[in-house]
Amino acid sequence: MSQLNQALLLSANLLKTLSSIVLVGLILSCSSQQPIPSCGENPNTLYAKLGSQAGIEKIVDGLIQAIGRDQQIFHYFREANVSHFRAGLIQHFCDIANGPCRYQGDSMQQIHTGMNISEGDFNRLVELLIEVLEQLDYDIPIQNQLIARLAPLRSQVIKI
Amino acid sequence: MKRISLLFVFFIWLVPVGYAKGKILATPGVSTFEGSAGGGLVPWAQLAGYDSEDEYSTTGFCTRAGLKDFDLSVCGVQLGLYDRIEMSAAKQSLGVQPLGLAIEQDIWGIKTRLYGDIIYSKWPQVSFGVQHKRLQDRAVAASLGVSQFSANDYYISASKLHLAAASGYHLFWNLTLRRTAAIETGFLGFSSDAQWQPEVSAAAFLNHEFAIGMEYRTKPDELAIGESHWRDLFIAWFPNKQVNVTFAYLDFKQVAAIPQQNGWYLSLSGSF
Repeated sequence: MSQLNQALLLSANLLKTLSSIVLVGLILSCSSQQPIPSCGENPNTLYAKLGSQAGIEKIVDGLIQAIGRDQQIFHYFREANVSHFRAGLIQHFCDIANGPCRYQGDSMQQIHTGMNISEGDFNRLVELLIEVLEQLDYDIPIQNQLIARLAPLRSQVIKI
Repeated sequence: MKRISLLFVFFIWLVPVGYAKGKILATPGVSTFEGSAGGGLVPWAQLAGYDSEDEYSTTGFCTRAGLKDFDLSVCGVQLGLYDRIEMSAAKQSLGVQPLGLAIEQDIWGIKTRLYGDIIYSKWPQVSFGVQHKRLQDRAVAASLGVSQFSANDYYISASKLHLAAASGYHLFWNLTLRRTAAIETGFLGFSSDAQWQPEVSAAAFLNHEFAIGMEYRTKPDELAIGESHWRDLFIAWFPNKQVNVTFAYLDFKQVAAIPQQNGWYLSLSGSF
């Protein structure tokens, strides 16, 4: 199995090379406009990169509008209280993006129990979020970081 | 090629269109030249098509590759069931320019997802697959003393997409172990002695629609003709869930004992 070792080593090298290609791409793309974090905040948090409170509010408002227009998943939200949902989601995004908030709403399991959300419908929500982030012109790495922090929640959301 | 196109049209008519869309864009990967979903050379743990747990999908693809002394044409179809099973059929035609002839091979494939999801599960997605290869034009293989013209490749694949892993960009890898007795992937027949061969792929997503990557596929050398390991560099474009275009640079080194075989690769696929 020395070929396997070789192959593993090679794949590690491939990943390294790809990372550096991506890094160069990132440096070249740093000139694009992003919302400026407000004073006194750590500019390195995802919260700051998303444009702090105002940025997150725009994302959540965009997402609510997108859900409202979506035939596939709107029915999950028909009974929801929009202002309660909006406030909870803003706090949740702020929290997972390392902003100055602690999410104090119901747990993901509590909210989604009985909804029996399918894998495809969960992915539809992810797609709507990506569309909103694209419309708001966030750089790909910032979009990806928010998605990466939300993805682990899937097991607490679907099929319960 | 005419026969392949007819087969393709027939298949598309036969199977009701599913409009599967439950997977995230680009996550099914593309079509290998052997029909299974993967990269271009390596079958991956993902299944073809955008079907999630309660959908089915149909995909059709055609691929052309040009090397210094060879050209390859492949068309095939894939049926995806419930993100659990993938069935594939591919018809390959390898033009051998020095001999002025073409070698055809049919490949019937089945793959099943055993565990996980490339995005969401903690451990990589794992699948097991079989490719049943039937060499149609046997003269060249027979002239080399080969007497076996059909065989199965068995493989197990693991793959994972690491979200935002490199400076905020998604990284992907796949590792496949293939048990194969194929000589030049079957175009020169099959030996009686199967080997385990590792194959690896890695890719990075530049944005939601474009991925760049590399592949490396080791091959046995049962006929002692200096059979080379194959590699490629690819860029794949997913403008939407119906269409994929993949372009690659191939470095195959030596094919059928003829050296310096590198060239290009273009693959188009449509999914429903």
